[in-house]
Amino acid sequence: MLTQEKQAPASPETGTQLSGSQALLHALVVEGTDTIFGYPGGAIMPIYDALYDFEGDLKHILVRHEQGGIHAGQGYARSSGKVGVVFATSGPGATNLVTGLADAQIDSTPLVCITGQVFAHLLGTDAFQEADVIGITTPVTKWNYQITDATEIPEVLAKAFHIARSGRPGPVLIDITKNAQLQKFDFQGYTPCDHIRSYRPKPIVRKEYIRAAAELINKAKKPFVLWGQGVMLGSAEAEFKAFLEKTGIPAAWTIMGAGALPTDHPQNVGMLGMHGNYGPNVMTNECDVLIAIGMRFDDRVTGRLDKYAKQAKVIHLDIDPAEIDKNVKTTVPVWGDCKETLPLLTQLVETKKHTDWLAQFREFEQKEIDAVIREELFPASGEMTMGEVIQQLNELTKGEAIIVTDVGQHQMVACRYAKLNHTRSNITSGGLGTMGFALPAAIGAKFGAPDRTVVAVIGDGGVQMTIQELGTIMQSGIDVKILILNNQFLGMVRQWQELFHERRYSFVDITSPDYVQVAKGYGIAGRSINQREDLTNALKEMLSNPGSFLLEVMVTKENNVFPMVPQGCSVSEIRLK
Amino acid sequence: MTDQTHPEKQEFNITVYTENQIGLLNRIAMIFSRRKINIESLNTSPSEIEGIHRFNIVIHVTEEVVSKIAKQIEKQIEVLKVYFNTNDDVIWQEMALYKVPTEVIAEKAKVERLLRENGARVVAIRTDYTVFETTGHREETDALIRVLQPYGLIEFVRSARVAIIKDSDGFNRKLREFERAEPGHEVVENEFLDSREKVFTM
Repeated sequence: MLTQEKQAPASPETGTQLSGSQALLHALVVEGTDTIFGYPGGAIMPIYDALYDFEGDLKHILVRHEQGGIHAGQGYARSSGKVGVVFATSGPGATNLVTGLADAQIDSTPLVCITGQVFAHLLGTDAFQEADVIGITTPVTKWNYQITDATEIPEVLAKAFHIARSGRPGPVLIDITKNAQLQKFDFQGYTPCDHIRSYRPKPIVRKEYIRAAAELINKAKKPFVLWGQGVMLGSAEAEFKAFLEKTGIPAAWTIMGAGALPTDHPQNVGMLGMHGNYGPNVMTNECDVLIAIGMRFDDRVTGRLDKYAKQAKVIHLDIDPAEIDKNVKTTVPVWGDCKETLPLLTQLVETKKHTDWLAQFREFEQKEIDAVIREELFPASGEMTMGEVIQQLNELTKGEAIIVTDVGQHQMVACRYAKLNHTRSNITSGGLGTMGFALPAAIGAKFGAPDRTVVAVIGDGGVQMTIQELGTIMQSGIDVKILILNNQFLGMVRQWQELFHERRYSFVDITSPDYVQVAKGYGIAGRSINQREDLTNALKEMLSNPGSFLLEVMVTKENNVFPMVPQGCSVSEIRLK
Repeated sequence: MTDQTHPEKQEFNITVYTENQIGLLNRIAMIFSRRKINIESLNTSPSEIEGIHRFNIVIHVTEEVVSKIAKQIEKQIEVLKVYFNTNDDVIWQEMALYKVPTEVIAEKAKVERLLRENGARVVAIRTDYTVFETTGHREETDALIRVLQPYGLIEFVRSARVAIIKDSDGFNRKLREFERAEPGHEVVENEFLDSREKVFTM
């Protein structure tokens, strides 16, 4: 194969004989795919063979594990706003996608995953590398489908992309038997899909609810906006800002919504939830009208539901009707894509400035600065804190970088303190909390936004879960900055053990390898520091390095992330210490 | 859990109109199982429109739960519409078959009276056994079990519930409009599944 000349794929005309594999790759090209993350194997070999001829159109990134492949696909989708495409073989290849599928499903990330499957006549026989991938992935996909006949490929792929990217986005998995990949058929052209009889991606906007919502907002004395990722998924950042600026309402974000409004915007009052900011959590139980936009009242945001915003009338804007009233009872539901509903609402609301109400948030912010933030970002002495590393990073990147975080204490610290000037700049595993997410997701994020600086902020636990993806960085030559915040613990579990399990530190003491040596082994430059005076220079070195760079910062071991809403408590019972 | 925690639990009939799609039953069943909700009865059948199937599902939950479940089912790509109704809102039936030794029943029972009183009919008579059938609500089909038990009931089977929503004209019309605009596709079957010997594999 290597000695053969690669042939450009012929532009197929109606009636051309194509193999299922060729038809699949043409579908990807028409759908605008430029990058595929994947790993070959026996049952997907015909697709990889056809891919050999598509070099000019489709870039394939060979990952080191299928989990890395799908997280990279997620990172790509989240930074670019496009559909991430992932290839894996049958059996173990496909089952290795399950974590990423669950992650993408809960965080509404558009993906199309293609898995090879054994020959159709072997289905159900426990054949070599056979697994019931459709059965296994059903609960973690927006849609999945098994193709056993090549003639189905164009139509099913068109449906897959439409489903993945429309409405509330999500992951789709298409399992293709090997015979269907090899089978030749008369190609009848590829038509992208924009309609499926039984699928309603967007509910019909009900004007009477928009009017009712506007009326509530206009009468409100203490209205409060909570926003989530839906603002970005609907590409409604401008519409959102216009609504906020006309109404003058203070707004707080879930970690999935971070970045949709710049950190410095005067109405941005901070992060919600378990490790969110003090003011927005307390004030949730003070406001009279709560306006939730593209967020789903996750338990990490609401704390105890029976004590959550009981005094408030709730307006919920969401594209997914199943989210309305799921956790929090709504006074006025506003079904629809917020790109459509927000401008309608903005037209009807009065121009206001809730100056005094906004000032109350700022008072709470000052209280939090005095009690927590100042010491975290500018510690007077002692070992380095995670917060001060993020603070220094902010100084250097000036809010222009994409920050990809893993899961744990560093994630909460990074999400709390990272300065974000642009949308699609905060990529994290929100709903599933998948350790091992950040390194591969950062690789994907860089492919999705090649002109931006991508910094993966990872804990010493998470990085060891998918550390093999350093190999992907090595081979693809991608420029990803890897910032490991090493506290020599599985920090968040340790924090919970300290606070809720009488300091019984059960299996949270984790030893790390010499990361700089590991990086070196993969041809990646690196440095490790444990002194504050080295921090700025080390970060500068990382950011200015022409390629990828791994920086390990040894931070204080037993620092806790505060404020915190302990599990089972109301958001207004948030603890500063 | 006590009844106080769930004071308003009752039987709900969920009606789901779907495309005829392999795997959809699994997808719908998972919506119940992940919430640890027991399906009391499940029936799937073609609807009045070719290519569109109808599920009748019975669960015993609160109205709040069934309404959330219905939304989750309706979210599935191949689901056209979901309704949920209380028993008062639907006309429903279950069918039951009873197998009894012919010798015993012929000798000892006043069969004619037994059939009339229970609205049952005989569907098969063999020298060794007789099969009765009755259709009705649960208590009606249960009643005949009690009657036949003394006569050596050999076997009993009851179908899933089928239900017609009393006020469902609206969707029937919509369904017909859907089908006129976009006739359903035939489900692709695995034509290679049974050709094991004929296919060469690597």
